[in-house]
Amino acid sequence: MIKILLFAELQEEAGVDQIEVDKAGSTVTELKEWLLQEYKLSSLSNTMIAINESYATEEERVKDGDTVAFIPPVSGG
Amino acid sequence: MKHLFDIQDTPLSIEEMVAKVTRRDCGAIATFIGTVRELTHGKRTLKLEYQAYKPMAIKMLEQIGKEVEEKWPGTMIAITHRVGILDISEIAVIISVSTPHRKAAYEANEYAMERIKQIVPIWKKEFWEDGTKWIGDQLETTSYPKGKPEIGEETDD
Repeated sequence: MIKILLFAELQEEAGVDQIEVDKAGSTVTELKEWLLQEYKLSSLSNTMIAINESYATEEERVKDGDTVAFIPPVSGG
Repeated sequence: MKHLFDIQDTPLSIEEMVAKVTRRDCGAIATFIGTVRELTHGKRTLKLEYQAYKPMAIKMLEQIGKEVEEKWPGTMIAITHRVGILDISEIAVIISVSTPHRKAAYEANEYAMERIKQIVPIWKKEFWEDGTKWIGDQLETTSYPKGKPEIGEETDD
């Protein structure tokens, strides 16, 4: 199992802030596609992924126990 | 010692932030205070909400601290960002930088703010009279040419 975290706009659109799902072995790109369809999100095109609190590339694969955060464009400050 | 990099849901203290970086071998302390603005291009903001992915946000603030230390050796920096609901004029972020001489303090402080807007997972939600919106893309640099934000490398700005 992996844990997916959603923030800001994505959290509101999906209606949840956390998802536990059996997607270990998927790439970041595959996870994005899955989430987009499963939760009927409008777009993830500018969304970054962090695996265990570090930014990941699209090709990286998630493993069992990972925490995968979907990070929309940031707007702190 | 208080944490140099933090995210908190209670009001920020300027004095506390300055105290974190005050030391005998500095001759300058530059402090940036980011506040909630009421009018943006004529549109009235009623309040803001900030949300953070706290553990990662703190890591990224620490990363900015490392970058500052590499670029301006001998610098000490503290950054705290507020989360939750903020009213107009409340403080959203404080960056305090101490250095032996003032030029580096100004430069490092500005650099840190730019990096916050690039790599730190914090989001702002605007509440207007006619609706709300989570804000992104303030820098119009969110296409990430290398597929992810550049960490520990030179940026264009």
